[in-house]
Amino acid sequence: MVKSLRGRLITIVIVILAATWQLYSTYQEYGSPVKLGLDLQGGMHLVLGIDDPEGTLTPEARADAIDQAERVVRSRIDELGVEEPLIQQQGDERLIVELAGISDQAQARGIVSQAAFLEFKLVEPATGLFELLPRIDRAIVAAVGEERLREMGRAMEAPATEMETLIFQGSGEPDAGDSVSEADSTEVTDDTAPVQAPATELRPLSSLLSQGNVILDDGSYGNFLVLVEDVEAADEFLALPEVQRALPRDIQLAWGEEPAAFGARTYRSLYVLAEDAFMTGSELEDAQAQRDPQFNQAVVKFQLSRAGGRMFQQFTTQHVGDFLAILLDGEVISAPVIREPIGASGQIDMGSSPLEEAADLALVLRAGALPAPLRIMEERTVGPSLGQDSIDQGEVAGIVGILAVVGVMLLYYRIAGALAIGALAVYVLLVMGGLAGLGAALTLPGIAGLILSVGMAVDANVLIFERIREELAAGRATRTAVDEGFAHALSAIVDANITTLLTALILFQFGTGPVRGFAVTLSIGIVASFFSALYVTRTFFLLYLERKKASDPISI
Amino acid sequence: MRFFGEAHYAFIERRKAAYLISSIAIAVGIVAMVFNLLDPNLRNWQRYGVDFTGGTLVQVDLDVDGITTAQVREALGGASGPEVQRFAEGSDFVIRAPLDAESDVEATREAIEGQLGAAFGEEAVTISLTELVGPRIGEELQQKAALAILFSFVLTLIYLAIRFEFRFGVAAVIATVHDILITLGFLALFRVEIALPTVAAILTIVGYSLNDTIVVFDRIRENFGKKGARKEEQIDLINRSINETLPRTVLTSLTTLVVLLALLVVGPALIRDFAVVLILGVVIGTYSSIFVASPALVEIRRRFGEGKGQDRKRRPEPARA
Repeated sequence: MVKSLRGRLITIVIVILAATWQLYSTYQEYGSPVKLGLDLQGGMHLVLGIDDPEGTLTPEARADAIDQAERVVRSRIDELGVEEPLIQQQGDERLIVELAGISDQAQARGIVSQAAFLEFKLVEPATGLFELLPRIDRAIVAAVGEERLREMGRAMEAPATEMETLIFQGSGEPDAGDSVSEADSTEVTDDTAPVQAPATELRPLSSLLSQGNVILDDGSYGNFLVLVEDVEAADEFLALPEVQRALPRDIQLAWGEEPAAFGARTYRSLYVLAEDAFMTGSELEDAQAQRDPQFNQAVVKFQLSRAGGRMFQQFTTQHVGDFLAILLDGEVISAPVIREPIGASGQIDMGSSPLEEAADLALVLRAGALPAPLRIMEERTVGPSLGQDSIDQGEVAGIVGILAVVGVMLLYYRIAGALAIGALAVYVLLVMGGLAGLGAALTLPGIAGLILSVGMAVDANVLIFERIREELAAGRATRTAVDEGFAHALSAIVDANITTLLTALILFQFGTGPVRGFAVTLSIGIVASFFSALYVTRTFFLLYLERKKASDPISI
Repeated sequence: MRFFGEAHYAFIERRKAAYLISSIAIAVGIVAMVFNLLDPNLRNWQRYGVDFTGGTLVQVDLDVDGITTAQVREALGGASGPEVQRFAEGSDFVIRAPLDAESDVEATREAIEGQLGAAFGEEAVTISLTELVGPRIGEELQQKAALAILFSFVLTLIYLAIRFEFRFGVAAVIATVHDILITLGFLALFRVEIALPTVAAILTIVGYSLNDTIVVFDRIRENFGKKGARKEEQIDLINRSINETLPRTVLTSLTTLVVLLALLVVGPALIRDFAVVLILGVVIGTYSSIFVASPALVEIRRRFGEGKGQDRKRRPEPARA
């Protein structure tokens, strides 16, 4: 570095200007000289993982899924219009999303984590399942155990005949091939053999199912209705592997999203669907939310790709009169009848949902589906007012702290203290400029790190001054004493700062979020204090000594 | 003005007293940790925050006149509900609920918001802060924190072994372990919640204490290198080095403490715990550089000898710019 006094001063001025420029340009861009962390300006920090509780995905599939999820989440957030979002992968399985200054956190949460996997499936007649229900019930009893069912309050006993009326009611003649229920019904009337064939049997699942309201072409129906309070139990039964095995392979059961009221009671639909989706959201090109003026309800209009449109046209031509279930993330959001062949555009009815919800759905559909739903594993939010409080209190603490240091230094070292304070001012400017230049955000622990590093930056000056005093006490001439002071203090300053820097680097490596902010601030602080103590203070000293003779006393 | 300018304290001679004080401080801490471990409410040697255990922390501003903690607790399910604390005398309340492996981050937050909204009206409830950490993440963070502290030890040891001598590195690490043990004991005794910033604070203490120790060691190294150092009794030389650096030690600790006190008294409420840990660390760090690190150097040399002439060949040198 430049050694002449003039050169030194110019170097310092250039460094100050560079720091100021960084602060100014950050101010132009963000409205504050240093970017503020989420904990200071308010916002949301999410850590998301692939939702795969059964562990069915291979590690490679997970890594792929996260790659894809990152792209999808990024494009969704871009559409949402959040400024400066941070979206990055952490390891192979996690996604970190940071949204600063977000006002509607619930909306952001939904938009980030919703899989938005759209499928179109044909509704199948529920009659196909009737003959299987007794077997499924028995499978549940076998898997869960009678006692456990009784504990759950799910040990509904129903005579076989009653079951039939319940389920077959209004749906025409029961299937003649339903041998199981026929056998049951004969045994109910046959009093001679009550032991081998009990009159009643546990009906854990079928007792929950009522006749559906989606009436198909042939008069049968395509869904069951389940009381809202029974949905959880039914879901639990359906998830049993034994039940899954008992269901036909080409059939899938899916819940309707919205509950519907019939009389005094509220039900949810359990749709009977073809397993294979004939089309998915990947063929979707555009989606827009609109209000349907006719029924005054929100709809999402979508546009399919050309190839998708052709497929859709072909399929719907063959299935006029059938019902088409539109599934979002495995739940049926609407199941309209196909009145006529549908081409490349269609719409999803959102029922009574508000238009905002339709708009959110259109947004996630446009941005594409996630390969798997994301699960929120960590969430940190800070309200904007709390952040502002922290900034205000941090400022007060900073000012009080700095004033105290200034007082101590002036009292203790007089003019030399004043020189150190000048160097300290350069130091603070450098740290802030460094933060702005690196684009690092100031966090709450960062403020603490900054205030602490002011205290420690003083240390370098103290080391030098104490050494100069010692040299003076040993009888050296002023100028020699100053030179010796700087030279001898150097090794301690270097070693102390490097060990602290090592610690800061480790913090950066292992820390996340706020701790990283602290590490960055501390690291910049150490580098700046090096420059401030060894170069700036030295220069100020040279300036101070310039007009003095080598033996004049100095104020230290 | 100069504090301790002409100090000639016999620090090393009083090391036995220092050992006793340190042992008592460490013992008290360990007893506190065992107590915490046995306490059914804690079942852990420290009071870990949600960052490490996984769980929910919701800070909520309730705009209700004369609201009491008891009312909030009642709204959240009474005795079986989550822990509720008033935050800093205001209308803010901190609610802490555990999060087991089954329950979902989302569902837990919604439940708390819903219950408070139902009890006090949705307009009165403003969520100021939430921290929801899944249990898996909590475990990972615990491991990372432990690794971070371990790595910083190893790196410091290597650095000091290169710059000084191996025994200086060992003495510095002994002093640092001493500082961390006492700090952890203090945290356990007063059941300060351990959050991520607390780990940062502990690592900062490590840095600060090392800083202090290195300044003293640097002077010892320099005095060893001077002419006539061979003739001087080792204990005298180390004492002299500590005394020579004493004015600096006192002044630096003082300025740092003043700044940290400002942070504690008028700083952001959210980092008061952080400031407390740092203040404690500065005090312990200053003490340990004089009464633990330097005596450790003496003890190591006594037990393991002079290093078989190594010193004569490789006399440590001060750094040059």
